[in-house]
Amino acid sequence: MALRLWASSAANALRVSTAATASRPAFSLLRSFSTAVEGLKYATSHEWVKHEGSVATVGITDHAQDHLGEVVYVELPDVGKTATQGTGFGSVESVKATSDVNSPISGEIIEINSKLTENPGLINSGPYEDGWMIKVKPSNPSELGSLMDAKQYTKFCEEEDASH
Amino acid sequence: MTACGTRNIGPPLINLVRLKGVPILRQLHLEERLLRTSLDNWCIINDGTDDPTVVMGISGKPVELLEIDSVIRDEIPVIRRFTGGGTVIVDNGTIFVTFICNKDAVPGLQSYPRPIMSWSSLVYRKVFQGIGEFSLRENDYVLGNHKFGGNAQSIIKNRWVHHTSFLWDYEISNMGYLKLPKRAPEYRQARSHLEFMCRMKDYIPRSNFISRTIDAVGSHFLVRSMELEAIMYNSGTKFKPSSRLLRKQELEEAKFDSQTSIAVSQSLQM
Repeated sequence: MALRLWASSAANALRVSTAATASRPAFSLLRSFSTAVEGLKYATSHEWVKHEGSVATVGITDHAQDHLGEVVYVELPDVGKTATQGTGFGSVESVKATSDVNSPISGEIIEINSKLTENPGLINSGPYEDGWMIKVKPSNPSELGSLMDAKQYTKFCEEEDASH
Repeated sequence: MTACGTRNIGPPLINLVRLKGVPILRQLHLEERLLRTSLDNWCIINDGTDDPTVVMGISGKPVELLEIDSVIRDEIPVIRRFTGGGTVIVDNGTIFVTFICNKDAVPGLQSYPRPIMSWSSLVYRKVFQGIGEFSLRENDYVLGNHKFGGNAQSIIKNRWVHHTSFLWDYEISNMGYLKLPKRAPEYRQARSHLEFMCRMKDYIPRSNFISRTIDAVGSHFLVRSMELEAIMYNSGTKFKPSSRLLRKQELEEAKFDSQTSIAVSQSLQM
């Protein structure tokens, strides 16, 4: 990610496109090699959920953190609030943008990752580990059936990047 | 699909709203409402705002970004906006241009910060063609190596907003309300505000910039002009914007907390 950021800055300074091929739009991202972890479920809006019994842990994927850039601020909800599948529960700030983070599962928010307040970069360095965002008590575990597994999500990301 | 069932292959439609002197907080509320509740694409141009106002990004901390004593003394309004990015001080010399788009509005554009920023630079490259040495430099619009526009974005599930405050002119004294930011682009090279920035008026007349911007937008979209009154009151939507004016008490408390923290830190070192 650091190498691509440098390349992008250099290209901007030289006022040339970062496009890999002549046919790629001038504003498109270079393709990255993001990872998806087995055993997790994934939303098309690039969040993951790990369901363990009565607790579901949620965060954003490696693909998302790579495309967003360095995360400098995280806004999380209060414990006790309700998360709804497909709806925003918080946001991350990166570069000059705030980006909504949507919950892949519905339920009561029972814990938030307070470490992200002082160390938002955990989302970049460990999107599936220390960079988790909220823990939810699922109200409808069958919602997990509508999400992608790791293989499906990887293919989804490849197709999404290829189409832009 | 049209009524005849044939595919519409023209450029996407964008609603153009031209404003003049609208207060920046009102503009931000309008933008956030359109982002969250509209399904259309929008381009908003506000030619100047009223009183000098500080506008911080969503995570901005007043003690780090502002000369708080001066801001409080001179009663400069301070707004925290809904988008990311840094701090600006805006007034009637600032021209605002905002794009609010569906994620599929621009063919081939992924709704992430860098692609959106890069696409926006294509629009403004056209505006400044033959006028100045325009480029996008580490997320800033520059002429040469001088910044003249501050950018910020908000990206939601299916839409995004990219807005810019362009320094057509500015008061040197107003820059004194802003501290040098801790987080600065490398090309700034520790330059002061005055050494780092330039005035757009030294390159292009005000009305020319606006008309050239509208022309450039027209090369990406089919532009439809709309009046503000037509969109201001939509009784069907209940929406509470998050951009807000910080209270004087909040600024004073921030200053007090900072001073307390420094005092405690110093006493611990003794």
